[in-house]
Amino acid sequence: MVKPTRVTNSIRALRFARGEMTQAELADLIGVTRQTVIAIEQGRYSPSLEMAFQIAHAFKVPIDEVFHYPGSEQEAR
Amino acid sequence: MSKILYAAGWVMTLRERRAWIRLAVAVAAYAAYLAVVLGNAGGRPLAQAGYAAALLWSVGGSVAAAVVLEMITGAGRRGGASSRLTDVRDREIGRLGDYIGQSFVVIGAVAAMLMAMAGWERFWIANVIYLCFAASAVLGNVAKVLAYRGSLPQW
Repeated sequence: MVKPTRVTNSIRALRFARGEMTQAELADLIGVTRQTVIAIEQGRYSPSLEMAFQIAHAFKVPIDEVFHYPGSEQEAR
Repeated sequence: MSKILYAAGWVMTLRERRAWIRLAVAVAAYAAYLAVVLGNAGGRPLAQAGYAAALLWSVGGSVAAAVVLEMITGAGRRGGASSRLTDVRDREIGRLGDYIGQSFVVIGAVAAMLMAMAGWERFWIANVIYLCFAASAVLGNVAKVLAYRGSLPQW
């Protein structure tokens, strides 16, 4: 059974907040292809936990500022 | 031009380009093989048609064509290191395509084994194996292309 991912992300907003970092620059920072960054940003691909941490490190923010899961905000309170 | 293609999502990784090339080559090689064998039959029963040379040329030609096309399309590509490397998503998509494609190789092998045991003519045994090889290549690469253009299935 194919299920759509429920994980959302703020990569696009974070890139623009970091001086309009390009997708290619982010891809080079985390060692993936530009197409993978596009797929993650559009929610078409869920990255591994390790890649998710690499993306968060690239933006120098905690991982939950980059990736969000429905219900996680209420549980955190 | 490349900016327009990129914006439209048609700039590919090396692996996606390879999947497109192998898909096109597999379809073209099998179509050419069928055309030659049907031409050789010339109204006679198919099992009497010459097929061995066409089959060998089709398999060899498709491998050579895929290698040459990958070299031609890969040479002179522009873009940063990120457009040339193979990452975890490429590997996951590759595994999905191989998984789907391999099932047809198994189907072909089992069918050929049963046909040999039942005493079928060599023509049909060779052709069912080649048909399953072609189906394996086509469906495996279609799965890869769909995963690249859409998303990876999550079970």
